[in-house]
Amino acid sequence: MTEPTHFPIEPERYELFEQPTRSFALSRRTFLEAVGAGVAVLVVTRDAHGLDGPAGADRAQDGIGAWLHIAEDGVVSVFTGKVEVGQDIRTSLTQAVAEELRVPPAAIRMVMGDTDRTPFDAGTFGSRTTPQMAPQLRRAAAAARTVLLQLAAERLGTGAGTLALADARVRDERTGRSVPIGELTRGERLVQTIPDGVATTPPAAWTMIGTSPPKVAGRDIVTGRHRYTSDLREPDMLIGKVLRPPAYGARLRSLDTSTARAIPGVVVVHDGGFAGVTAPDEMTAVRALAALRAEWDHTPQPSQHEIFEHFRRTASRRGEPAETGSVARGLAAADARVEATYTAAYIAHVPLEPRAALARWDDGKLTVWTGTQRPFGVRSELSRAFSIPESRVRVIMPDTGSAYGGKHTGDAAVEAARLARAAGRPVRLVWTREEEFDWAYFRPAGVVDVKSGARRDGTLTAWEFHNLNAGAAGLRMTYEVANQRVAFHPADSPLRHGSYRALAATLNTFARETNIDELAVALGMDPLALRLHNLREPRLRAVLEAAAERFGWTTWTPAPGRGIGIACGTEKGSHIATCAEVSAERATGQLRVERLVVAYECGAIVNPDGLHNQVEGAVIMGLGGALWEAIEFADGRILNGRLSDYRVPRLSDVPPIDIVLLDRKDLPSAGAGETPIIGVAPALGNAIFRATGRRLRGLPLAPGGVRFAENG
Amino acid sequence: MASSPLDLIVNGRRRTVEVDPATSLLLALRDTLDLTGSKYGCGEGQCGACTVLLDGRPVRSCITPVGSVGARPIVTIEGVANGEQLHPVQQAFLAENAMQCGYCTPGMVLSAVALLDRTPTPTGVEVTRAMDGNVCRCGTYSRIVAAIRRAAAARAEAGHD
Repeated sequence: MTEPTHFPIEPERYELFEQPTRSFALSRRTFLEAVGAGVAVLVVTRDAHGLDGPAGADRAQDGIGAWLHIAEDGVVSVFTGKVEVGQDIRTSLTQAVAEELRVPPAAIRMVMGDTDRTPFDAGTFGSRTTPQMAPQLRRAAAAARTVLLQLAAERLGTGAGTLALADARVRDERTGRSVPIGELTRGERLVQTIPDGVATTPPAAWTMIGTSPPKVAGRDIVTGRHRYTSDLREPDMLIGKVLRPPAYGARLRSLDTSTARAIPGVVVVHDGGFAGVTAPDEMTAVRALAALRAEWDHTPQPSQHEIFEHFRRTASRRGEPAETGSVARGLAAADARVEATYTAAYIAHVPLEPRAALARWDDGKLTVWTGTQRPFGVRSELSRAFSIPESRVRVIMPDTGSAYGGKHTGDAAVEAARLARAAGRPVRLVWTREEEFDWAYFRPAGVVDVKSGARRDGTLTAWEFHNLNAGAAGLRMTYEVANQRVAFHPADSPLRHGSYRALAATLNTFARETNIDELAVALGMDPLALRLHNLREPRLRAVLEAAAERFGWTTWTPAPGRGIGIACGTEKGSHIATCAEVSAERATGQLRVERLVVAYECGAIVNPDGLHNQVEGAVIMGLGGALWEAIEFADGRILNGRLSDYRVPRLSDVPPIDIVLLDRKDLPSAGAGETPIIGVAPALGNAIFRATGRRLRGLPLAPGGVRFAENG
Repeated sequence: MASSPLDLIVNGRRRTVEVDPATSLLLALRDTLDLTGSKYGCGEGQCGACTVLLDGRPVRSCITPVGSVGARPIVTIEGVANGEQLHPVQQAFLAENAMQCGYCTPGMVLSAVALLDRTPTPTGVEVTRAMDGNVCRCGTYSRIVAAIRRAAAARAEAGHD
């Protein structure tokens, strides 16, 4: 078995512990010096993220996950290392604080993703902000509310029992006297952690959580005022460009920089395998880059047509979990068996704002603005790249033009900083769309082999499921089956691959839900009935039933060239069921998605409108990967790495989408940016089968339309 | 490759830029005039993030050489509002929360403004035709359509005052 030699998977990083390499710089003593007088509440987390700092006096500052500060003018500032990439946590976290602190959202300022000002955070991915950060901030805000009530009791000379905080004022219910919170914090220098047993507002009493306030940064966005990284500028700033290899695996053999250097204002950097230019303006930088004469050594690379075979050749069998029961016996006991292979192509995130960074060096201290989901991780990357301590690196993340899991790394940051150091001036570097396609990482391609069996009444008897290369997310069998073996096998990836919205849960759900559909066909059972027969998990049953009901699954009337499909899945604590109706034209193979119904449940809903936006967005993104998106590559070259060659969903591609949100106020809120994507592909594939008689087992399903089966 | 002074009319003001006429209008707006509301998304006119109005018509500024603009008036996202008073399309985008990351929003707003200026009450087909060149990777299309409907209704109502 060959060990992977090319690109290790960019880890599904939330499944790892990314230890901070340095504890947070501000001590509690210096904390107020940094933010000014007032009242501050620190969120101290007790997980491993914060407990590796030095022992002794500094210990108390370790493990700070966020903090909240009420200044002397009553302005509430919330500091968190989380970042905003369009999922609108700037608004939903504001709501969480507003709820507990009883202040209007407009009085709250979120300071996010700035490594010098916000506490360490491993990153914004894995749908963790809503289940983890939001409850912490609520507790901090509730603790701050208690402090404010105590201060007010002293000020008003009364017991805290008759005081109530509302609309940023503390009011004595008995006397009617009230005092704004800004007056209470004046002159105070209070810093405290969240006391044990702090009570947050119960769901039944929520007035802010569960509503849909206007997007916090909305006005700046519709007026074009918001500055993304690529919009930033510094006085004396230069434009940077990096020389890219012609293909994966190519190494720089020689470089002639003389022509480029002769262009006025151009600085050329050539450092080992890295080469780049800076120039006063974009046009000159482009010209200088083109003037670099490079020769490359090329190593042959696996191509698209052999990719699945390549995964089989290189897959690791290490760490395979033991079998539960006996798959062989389960298959022998089955009346129907389905053995099939499912695949997914590499696809690109295509964040509309490409990777970008602005880097500035001041006396050996490096400041980089960049769009990344992991500002602290990028700080570490920069620290390593330049052999400087992390205390000399500051990473600031402006609200960014989307990521979808594609911006975990600090490539542009390192490049801009390298060029800025050479040029001795700030450098802004924005990747072109072509660079973004060629040199960012992709969602992994993968192969899934499934063997399944069921008795005549539909009861599943065996399940064997092997995922090669794509990843372990969504791997677990959702249906009850006594005999099973489920495993993920890392393999060698010829292209750089990494996190993507919902990760491998898309392929794993596609494989599982398609296979179950095939079993239903083999058994002559209704696919919904077969699922419900084997599904115990009540939350998953609930979304499945809700989707089927809204869709009209049981009352649908078959028609030639039309078909319906259903699928469900659970991942990251939330539950999704998707129904699709498609039509196909026999003569042309043209496929049309007529409608989708999605039922989704992620616990208590924080912001219904924001949630609806996330669910719909994930479903639309899922249409592309399900139907047409695929990176084409040969011998290390990306063949369709531009937007004119790579089709992403547009308005005309979007069918009517009916979204049913189940609000479970009794359950903790899960993040919702990812999981809704996983039901799209299998629901469509299953619908296409019913419309055309053709079973499609590879993603994308129908890049060039769909052929009907001979007897379909 | 030589730079030369070019007079442009941007958001109602005469602006002089000293650039190579082959420079894209997008670069001239962003890097020379610091009007960064217009975005780079693909550089080949495919995504619509760079949309500006030229003589009232939506154009892809990333593939429009600045030297070809001449005296035709340019409107960028920075010039859509009337001072602090947002344009009805901007108001409608806010009301419908028709954005996530917002990177496509300036181009979307300008394509929508151009549509409603020509076709005050567009049909569904007309909306799709006008907006299909603008990619929203976050997938907020249904809200964008709702925002256009809302803005059309608001403008129709205002027109009756």
